[in-house]
Amino acid sequence: MEVNEKIAVEHGLKPDEYQKICDLLKRVPNLTELGIFSAMWNEHCSYKSSRLHLKKLNTKGKKVIQGPGENAGVIDIGDDDAIVFKIESHNHPSFIEPYQGAATGVGGIMRDVFTMGARPIANLNSIHFGSTQHKKTKNLLRGVVKGIGGYGNCIGVPTIAGQTCFDQSYNGNILVNAMTLGLVNKNKIFYSKAAGINKPVIYVGSKTGRDGIHGASMASAIFDDKIEEKKPTVQVGDPFTEKLLLEACLELMSDKSIIAIQDMGAAGLTSSSIEMASKGNLGIELHLDKVPCREEKMTPYEIMLSESQERMLIVLENGKEDSAKKIFDKWNLDFAVIGKTTDSKNIELYFEKEKVANVPIKFLANEAPMYDRPWKKTKLPQKIKFSNNELKKLKFDDVIKKMISHPNICSKQWIWEQYDHTVMGDTIQKPGGDAGVVRVHGTKKAVASSVDSSASYCNAHPFTGGKQVVCEAWRNLVSVGAEPIAITNCLNFGNPEKKENMGEFVECIDGINEASKYLNFPVVSGNVSFYNETKDKGIKPTPTIGGVGLIKDYKNLMTMKFKSKENLVLVIGKTEGNLDQSIFANVILDEKKGPPPEINLFNEKNNGETVLKIIKEKLVLSVHDVSLGGIMIGALKMCIAGSKGIKFYKFKNLTNVYQYFFSEDQGRYIIEVEKNNLKKVESILKKNSVHFDLLGETTDKEIIINDEPTFTVDKVTEFYKGWLYKYMS
Amino acid sequence: MNSSVIIFPGSNCDRDMDVALKKFGFKNKMVWHDDDKLPKSDLIVLPGGFSYGDYLRCGSIAGKSKIIQSVIDFANSGGMVLGICNGFQILTETGLLKGVLQQNKNIEFICKNIFVKINNSENKFFENIDKDVLELHIAHNEGNYFCSEDELKSLEDNNQIAAYYCSSDGKVDDKSNPNGAIKNIAGIFNEKKNILGMMPHPERMIDKYLSGEDGSKFFENLIRNLK
Repeated sequence: MEVNEKIAVEHGLKPDEYQKICDLLKRVPNLTELGIFSAMWNEHCSYKSSRLHLKKLNTKGKKVIQGPGENAGVIDIGDDDAIVFKIESHNHPSFIEPYQGAATGVGGIMRDVFTMGARPIANLNSIHFGSTQHKKTKNLLRGVVKGIGGYGNCIGVPTIAGQTCFDQSYNGNILVNAMTLGLVNKNKIFYSKAAGINKPVIYVGSKTGRDGIHGASMASAIFDDKIEEKKPTVQVGDPFTEKLLLEACLELMSDKSIIAIQDMGAAGLTSSSIEMASKGNLGIELHLDKVPCREEKMTPYEIMLSESQERMLIVLENGKEDSAKKIFDKWNLDFAVIGKTTDSKNIELYFEKEKVANVPIKFLANEAPMYDRPWKKTKLPQKIKFSNNELKKLKFDDVIKKMISHPNICSKQWIWEQYDHTVMGDTIQKPGGDAGVVRVHGTKKAVASSVDSSASYCNAHPFTGGKQVVCEAWRNLVSVGAEPIAITNCLNFGNPEKKENMGEFVECIDGINEASKYLNFPVVSGNVSFYNETKDKGIKPTPTIGGVGLIKDYKNLMTMKFKSKENLVLVIGKTEGNLDQSIFANVILDEKKGPPPEINLFNEKNNGETVLKIIKEKLVLSVHDVSLGGIMIGALKMCIAGSKGIKFYKFKNLTNVYQYFFSEDQGRYIIEVEKNNLKKVESILKKNSVHFDLLGETTDKEIIINDEPTFTVDKVTEFYKGWLYKYMS
Repeated sequence: MNSSVIIFPGSNCDRDMDVALKKFGFKNKMVWHDDDKLPKSDLIVLPGGFSYGDYLRCGSIAGKSKIIQSVIDFANSGGMVLGICNGFQILTETGLLKGVLQQNKNIEFICKNIFVKINNSENKFFENIDKDVLELHIAHNEGNYFCSEDELKSLEDNNQIAAYYCSSDGKVDDKSNPNGAIKNIAGIFNEKKNILGMMPHPERMIDKYLSGEDGSKFFENLIRNLK
């Protein structure tokens, strides 16, 4: 087939991009070469709209061993132990085929982590669906949860935390972001940079099929009515093979045979071979007849663009082929020497003794387009004046019931009970806490991790929203007693070719960056997902932040459950009473406008560090950060977790009870303190200039507001836990 | 006491079981599925996971693996064999235990704490255990035990039912049945009571920072009985 502009456009390339390819090559590419260019130059692989802005991110820190640019980020947790982690999106495939889309998302991110020599020790996920009323939502939720579970459960890596949101902006584009943490010895980390010429290039894992061809291009396009036709571009996962691949790779990594290793993720053999060669400033020669294929008569074009799962590309030391093959034979996996590194600096492909492609690698990697797309600033919205009369009409009991059983607040137990969260025997904080926590096997240490997003805040004011998500992740780690170390981000946005969407992206990044710098909470890995748009309607800007922190002695793990009755409950941080953008305003008052709560980074850092101090001094019994739903929801969740009640003291200062209980002012925590420890806690708080209020005291079962009993904890638990089960049954 | 844990491709609770056995005093060895001989053992454990991907049917391919003939011989000569979760499924596939494990009634994977009531403690697995209701943990997609009426009768007649799912105070009822298992059966023995298969994972409940500690009771008791 003769390549022309029309075919290039069908491959997702823009006419000027195609012209640039012809100019660079000084000829028309053949079809295989065009396929390779389209795979490398699409948004998903080239980051062409985002690269310019991602460069600004704060990626350095004392504990950062590897920042963005590798398969995953790496941080130092002491004693030669390091944590490898990353979050990645699988949004487009999951909307088209929820089970396989979500499953392969989990598989892909785990591969990114074990490619670096780390054994995965925890999975997390952040999933966003359309309105609960939308006809597709239930099936998508069911399929995604089954897919995530089906993959992670089979591999035997616990899923320890997550986040689920419903909002109509995701009706046509759900989000599935999967995160994995792995443990590695910091002196035995493997990278993707090839080195040396004439080194054998090895293909291991599953055979190559026709599935997922152009998956990365599909993920770089907006959806239309014909989206169902794209099902064949979704890959099919086989967690069993991945488990074998994991064990085989870790076995091979125990000696020094591997020079470089890269998993075949988006754009399969194309991007893995080109990335390894590009990083090493080398050429690579591949003989495609030697690639193990699952289907007959696959063409070079198909082999290079297949996104079949569970495959790896390895550059091996010379002479290590036989010993390496033995390991893969033992695990019943394909092993084939398919080429070698060269000094040509080109990628050269051979098929049936013919040269079928020859392209300088720098054209594919360095010369990929980079755009400074126009973008528009979002103004801070006007504050809303809430009418006291309107508020007075509300019944407190009804409000509590509606809030605690709201889809975005209620318990997600229906979801996480379908994930194996205890395999590997080190999960000390299960899903349902502020962060998931796993012990570092065989040591006193534990690693905490959480994943967060705040699309409504980001939508109202991207810069503030960006800051808020980072702070939220920080607070979740503090709440379990972990010292926050670093983050990974998954940036889910609409169409970057629209200046509003591009503006949301740029300003969210600026917000993330500012908070990340101030909190010394660097970004070590991440991924961008643009074009989350269907028929002109884009999602709310949704940067998802995965945070990781360290608990030096796991015995000091802090939880959010109230421990016993008659203890004092304090709110750390100042309650200003801002209801704008709160879930209360949205759900109870149907008010969706207004600015998100302000972020004061000084208070955020100071409050968090002080809370960590009192946890360390063993002066608190439970801690929970205040987020969606404000103090009331925060306190009720602590009641529910500990099966205790609370008597709220009469509040001062603010004009009305709803502002006090439901505002989502930032930088706050709720803590439970024994009465005879109050003095000590007060003195630490005062010494550190941390504002606090006495909120109430714990009771046996009753929840008492203004001296009047409302619900018992059992009743509230029913509202909290019941909603999702009812919805899904 | 020497124990051996068999690793099949796709096993994923092998390490957890190794940790648990060693914690309570067993000298444990790991045995690869492709071996044909077992090391000298007082206890053989088939761990949880997804052996051979659970393709075809849970445990069925493992039930035909190279090592399994030695396990069958060991069991038939009176050796102690424990199958947890996928291990239980494998034991039914070999025919060492009766019945089958079907997909959970709600067709969803379930991971949570449950309670089991020990039904028969006149055997080396449970003899002298000081609690008859244990809080354990399940994590499975196919734990819904089923057998024919005749088989059920013979299980009951020979006192081969090891444990029932129950409430925290030991009530065996529908409400406390997590997966639809016939008669709430969580685990069974062979006729001679030297083979135990059960869905719950005691190895995940071995210290207070995990989901609970009743797994410790199981292992402490087991090694004491084997000595």
